[in-house]
Amino acid sequence: MRNLTSLLFAGGLGFMLLAIASGLDFGAPPMLVGGAIQSTAPQETGATNIVTSVVLGYRGIDTLGELSILFAAAAAAGLVLGRRHTTAGTLTEGGFVLKHGGAMLFPLLMTIGFYIIFHGHLTPGGGFQGGVILAAAFFLPLLARPGARLHHGMLSVIEGFAGSSFILIGLAALSEGEAFLQPMLVQDTLGQLVSAGTLPLLYLAVGLKVGAELAGLLSHLAQTESEV
Amino acid sequence: MMPEISLELILYTTALGLISIGLAGVVLSRHLFRMVLALVIAEAGANLMLVLAGYRWDAVAPILTTLGEHPPMVDPVPQAMVLTAIVIGVGIQALAVSILIRIRQRYGTLDRSQVAERMDAEIADTAGIPRDVSQESPLGERPLPSLPDSTVEIRGGHS
Amino acid sequence: MTQIELWMVMLLALMVLSAAVMVLLVKNHIAAVAAASVVSLGLALLFVLMRAPDVAMTEAAVGAGLSSLILALALRRLGLWRVDGVKTQVNLIKAKGEGHQDA
Repeated sequence: MRNLTSLLFAGGLGFMLLAIASGLDFGAPPMLVGGAIQSTAPQETGATNIVTSVVLGYRGIDTLGELSILFAAAAAAGLVLGRRHTTAGTLTEGGFVLKHGGAMLFPLLMTIGFYIIFHGHLTPGGGFQGGVILAAAFFLPLLARPGARLHHGMLSVIEGFAGSSFILIGLAALSEGEAFLQPMLVQDTLGQLVSAGTLPLLYLAVGLKVGAELAGLLSHLAQTESEV
Repeated sequence: MMPEISLELILYTTALGLISIGLAGVVLSRHLFRMVLALVIAEAGANLMLVLAGYRWDAVAPILTTLGEHPPMVDPVPQAMVLTAIVIGVGIQALAVSILIRIRQRYGTLDRSQVAERMDAEIADTAGIPRDVSQESPLGERPLPSLPDSTVEIRGGHS
Repeated sequence: MTQIELWMVMLLALMVLSAAVMVLLVKNHIAAVAAASVVSLGLALLFVLMRAPDVAMTEAAVGAGLSSLILALALRRLGLWRVDGVKTQVNLIKAKGEGHQDA
């Protein structure tokens, strides 16, 4: 009975939302803000990827809030999971392929992660995607060798440094008499690697912070073995 | 020229179907881990819905490839919003999963009603009041515990 | 939006929706996590067709990769890491000591 009502609820909700959505005119958004951003973003921020201009330029403080949410979630997860247990003796080592493949993949993953971060203002990609790839690169050796440890102190230092440099770049714009996190040093050379002023630096900070946070979280989840 | 089954209908059905399936899973599933998975699906559907809100016919991705005049682009603002929403989602998911691990360590089960039952029992024990009879089991199954008068008052005040 | 793209969208929508239903219905927890990963992967492809390459990259890296990794690690921690037909899995992934996780 309860299942039936729940199913009815979900189906009815979906139908109601579909009825509402069919009233929207698909494929022709008004784009008042979006259109304005599209016409002025290349001159104002110097980035060819307009999504990057929005994420770091027009809504930079939103990204800062997002980073703090991620930090809070990772910190809370670490707090909830509690202290680490030593499990080095109980987990088996990875096989030959996993070990050596992991060792060979590590530099490649680092390269592609930093490539994606540094080209975030030119092509699709950026700090979030690259940061996740960096986290995967640091987590891969842990899969192969369960006894290995990530240096949590180092991760915290990187994370804190990246987070504070994000805020410092924003404050630097403030001290120049601009708005908080307003892009600076904009040169009008669209499409160059060194362009778009402070946006690549901000994305580098975001990437390092996301990567360090997620790597710490993953190793935390992997290392604390349950005692049940 | 529009095809007979419109793109619009397919995409909206996908997004809203994901949201409904996720919500149904949250309400229906008895296992807490399955509930987290359902939440992930509902979130994915909401993300697709946001991206659909910015789609534009015959437009290109919001990345400049030529200087000067550019073809019409899709709306970049919802895309930026979804970009951050996905990353927040994974943080929330990690938090939920670690809470599940603690629940498992504490109560030894992940069944929703059993966890609620044991949690109630633990709260009652800590507070020093008699345990509630489970709401899901019929009253006639076992005799009601004979309670001293004082505890009855506490229960009355409690509920 | 050409006809081919329409067909691709239709196939992807079918894949995503059926994988989402499978997440809720399938018994094995590992299979459920894999199905959730399929949902994310199909969504990433849909995002590409919706002209959102940034979002597609994020969804592929975060949704299909990292999120499945987190869920799989959690499965191991929760003691739910069971493969159907335990006998067939020996020596495939690990050399020895398999079975200590099968609580």
